[in-house]
Amino acid sequence: MSTQQPEPESQEAPTDPEFQGAESSVDEAERSGGDIDQTAADPTDLEGETVLIKVFRYDPEVEAKQEPRFDDFHVPFTKGMTALDAVIYARDQYDSSLTFRHSCRQAVCGSDAFFINGKQRLACKTQIAELEQPIRIEPLPHQEVVKDLVVDMDHFYDQMHAVEPYFQNEETPAIEDLEEQRQSRENREKIKMSTRCIWCGACMSSCNIAAGDNEYLGPAAINKAYRFAMDDREPEEIKEHRLRIVEQEHGVWRCQTQFSCTEVCPKDIPLTEHIQELKREAVKKNLKFW
Amino acid sequence: MSQSYNRGLVEDFSRWKEFSAGMWAWIFHKFTGWMLIGYLFTHIAVLSTATSGEMVEVNAADLPNVEGTGMTEVPLYDATLGGLESLLIIRILEVGLLAVAVFHILNGIRLLMVDLGIGLEAQDKSFYASLILTGIITVASVPTFLAGVGF
Repeated sequence: MSTQQPEPESQEAPTDPEFQGAESSVDEAERSGGDIDQTAADPTDLEGETVLIKVFRYDPEVEAKQEPRFDDFHVPFTKGMTALDAVIYARDQYDSSLTFRHSCRQAVCGSDAFFINGKQRLACKTQIAELEQPIRIEPLPHQEVVKDLVVDMDHFYDQMHAVEPYFQNEETPAIEDLEEQRQSRENREKIKMSTRCIWCGACMSSCNIAAGDNEYLGPAAINKAYRFAMDDREPEEIKEHRLRIVEQEHGVWRCQTQFSCTEVCPKDIPLTEHIQELKREAVKKNLKFW
Repeated sequence: MSQSYNRGLVEDFSRWKEFSAGMWAWIFHKFTGWMLIGYLFTHIAVLSTATSGEMVEVNAADLPNVEGTGMTEVPLYDATLGGLESLLIIRILEVGLLAVAVFHILNGIRLLMVDLGIGLEAQDKSFYASLILTGIITVASVPTFLAGVGF
């Protein structure tokens, strides 16, 4: 971990054409900060343990960043530091143009799924200490990169909405049930894991099938369908309606059980298991022995 | 999500070092499946051209399945099969065929279990078990398959 030999910084030299860009006020600050960057990011000037992170940079609107590259940042290490803490430090101390989504910092909002050291992970629950250095932080694969670590999530959300991720009922329940629709403990246990999805998109990004088939619902959406299809409070007709959605060509049958989604899910949802269970439900619904 | 922007090394197959067990199982299953199909058609081609019953003259010393010495007349089938079996490369390919078939069978059973929802949390271990078992069976078969050709 000791990074004694000074390493040439690939991140912005003050002469970088990026700083002659259009966004004047920010660029002014950056330009003046450019000299500071060079020294502050030099590991020899930082006291104590540092970690080297290599962060993917790309911005179609800035000429110097149109060609994707990796920028190195030396970040002082503190115990319990997460990958998100590291990129936040890099942004706050070295380069304010470094762009990424993050919000709650506690694995609830699902904003900061990145591709860290070759795996889709939630940056806020990825411990730096557990990663091999240098740490490569990239945007999620198989999604359009908007800027730096920010990817276009529209397609993911479209797929999520395609499975109608909300509670449905054919008719209004009886007046005494309106206040509270109770669920049995067993049924709650059954759908418990599937309710944990935070829509981070890590599973969809890891899925080889979703990468090749744009119409595939993907693990997250199918898991969402599972969450409602298995909920006893929804009537049988609605469950059949849900199964009709997932049993289509680009639904559950696309899954090739590679287990990539299950492996990367930051909330430990057994996605493949849920997809497989919906496959069996779909078969049971359609097989008739008469 | 195939509208992926070209990020060079980030793209799929160059990331093979980062593949997980389930991914390797999938790739090997596809690969062995195609190998078996290839073998099937080669097999049909060889047999269908060797079953005419026509007698051909061969040197008995060349063929492991023909008795005696010197030139002798045997059915085309014996001559073809004996000719193939006398080649070391064919014997090695047979070992490979066994390995491919055994893995495909074992992983097929694993996939059946996965489809039935049994032991999904042990899917990586069952893949490694298939690999190890395939290795053991393949190594154990070597003396049998290579008997008579240098062993």
